[in-house]
Amino acid sequence: MNVPSNLKYTKSDEWFDPANGAAGITDYAQSQLSDIVFIEILVDEGEDVEVGKAIASVESVKASAEIYAPAAGKVSAVNKGLSDKPETLNSDPFGEGWMIKIEGGSAGEVMDAAAYEKYCEGRSH
Amino acid sequence: MTYIPISPNERDAMLKTVGVKSLDDLFDAVPKKHRFPKLDLPPALTEMEAAAHLADMASSNENVREHLISFLGAGAYNHYVPSVVDHMLRRGEFYTAYTPYQPEISQGTLQAIFEYQSLMTNLTGMDVSNASHYDGATATAEAVNLAYAQFRGKRKKIVISPTVHPQYREVIRTYTQAMGLETAGDDPNADLEAGPEALTSLIDESTMLVIVQYPDFFGRIHDYTKLIEDAHAKGSLVCIVANPTALLMLKTPGDMGADIVVGEAQPFGIPLWYGGPYLGFFTTKKSYVHKMAGRLVGETIDNRGQRSYVLTLTSREQHIKRERATSNICTNQGLLALAAAVYMSTLGKTGLEQVANLCYQKAHYAAGELSKIEGFGLCFMEPFFHEFVLCTPRPAGEVNQYLLDNGILGGYDLGRDYPALQNHILVAVTEMNSKDEIDTLVEVLKEM
Repeated sequence: MNVPSNLKYTKSDEWFDPANGAAGITDYAQSQLSDIVFIEILVDEGEDVEVGKAIASVESVKASAEIYAPAAGKVSAVNKGLSDKPETLNSDPFGEGWMIKIEGGSAGEVMDAAAYEKYCEGRSH
Repeated sequence: MTYIPISPNERDAMLKTVGVKSLDDLFDAVPKKHRFPKLDLPPALTEMEAAAHLADMASSNENVREHLISFLGAGAYNHYVPSVVDHMLRRGEFYTAYTPYQPEISQGTLQAIFEYQSLMTNLTGMDVSNASHYDGATATAEAVNLAYAQFRGKRKKIVISPTVHPQYREVIRTYTQAMGLETAGDDPNADLEAGPEALTSLIDESTMLVIVQYPDFFGRIHDYTKLIEDAHAKGSLVCIVANPTALLMLKTPGDMGADIVVGEAQPFGIPLWYGGPYLGFFTTKKSYVHKMAGRLVGETIDNRGQRSYVLTLTSREQHIKRERATSNICTNQGLLALAAAVYMSTLGKTGLEQVANLCYQKAHYAAGELSKIEGFGLCFMEPFFHEFVLCTPRPAGEVNQYLLDNGILGGYDLGRDYPALQNHILVAVTEMNSKDEIDTLVEVLKEM
């Protein structure tokens, strides 16, 4: 399982990059969902988001999940290419699979990489 | 599938688990006087007596197959149902099948739904069809939900033509009452002579959906192409409520550019049945498939390379999306979707076109003869398919009562929904109405 140390993580498996405001779903989340076949980003550029607000809806062959904002702020960018290539979320969740960027983002209740890794291990048993 | 009964041992085990000794103990919480109340029932009848009694009661109904000549339509039409439709429906494999989750055991049901979907998309000129809705009215209301989801609640206005079926408009209002929507155009006092372009001025940047009917509630045929262009220019979606029989003769809603085409598929192999159960169809463009409610069956190949059918985009199913699932509205219309598929494939394209043509020709013959009677006349000048508005010299209720006394089920009394159309009835003519029947209608009205 890949858990980059520079990112912050939520209990609902989103990641947040304090350096540039990017957010997405974790490697753990994509592997639990399995093959992702559809993503719809539910917010537009310029929109304000609050922590816990649904920012995207993701569907895999076996499940459907809402993705929540890990931080509050203004949406400065939306990864528009994702809807044509939802499988990017499986192959590169922390890179090309970023979903939105939140400007002036103040993160909600987040964990660092070590804590998140431990949290995921606790769930897989 | 095997029926698994409960054995005395299993029952005892269950009772033991919940901590009671007997069934009587289990129901102890129910007060004694309510447990076996004396029912006020007449003495028991033998099967023969009961059958005779029921037949006696049933014979007091008058129906359009045996007793009455019908010119009543208004959303439910008297068409011929080939006997093969009923025979297919009553096959146990289809009749008893429930939710077709498992492709391993449900290939027949899944294939039937797939065929139904394919036929409906051909008919409407759209990309995808779901596996059915309760009826045309709820399918139309679901179009509002699709548009609402598409704009993620940011557009809240729907423009509804006043010539969409009044009951459909009522169902849309009921369905969406808690969504905080604004409705425009839906005014029974509106200028009913106005064409579709009258709706254009109501469409703005907050409009999510425009709903029109084709042919409209008064049977008139409009080309909505221009209206749809205008709606699209404002970013709005357009839903056309269509009569499937008429689509065999007319330009398809898909060709006009419609985003959603819904309607009532009762004309396709489903008897009048006192108003239900009916079959709502729902078709749309591929880009809206994720927002479409209901179940979807797709064709694929299995691991041996054989053609097979499966539920597709399954996140709409109960076992995936739980309480947010939308497939549950399809389940119990599956049998009627099968009826429509059997009807369409039995008649074939040529047969369906013949039905449409017969409806059209007979309706126009009837309209011509009726409008010659003194005091009667056609209300609108636009082209119509198989239904038209007839103005009557006396209140519609009186005219219909007089017809009924002569064994004829008259038209729909439009004054009930449109204040401006007192003394107007909506007359429907299908392939079931012979020339003799139409001539009888004309004769009876002449004598009135």
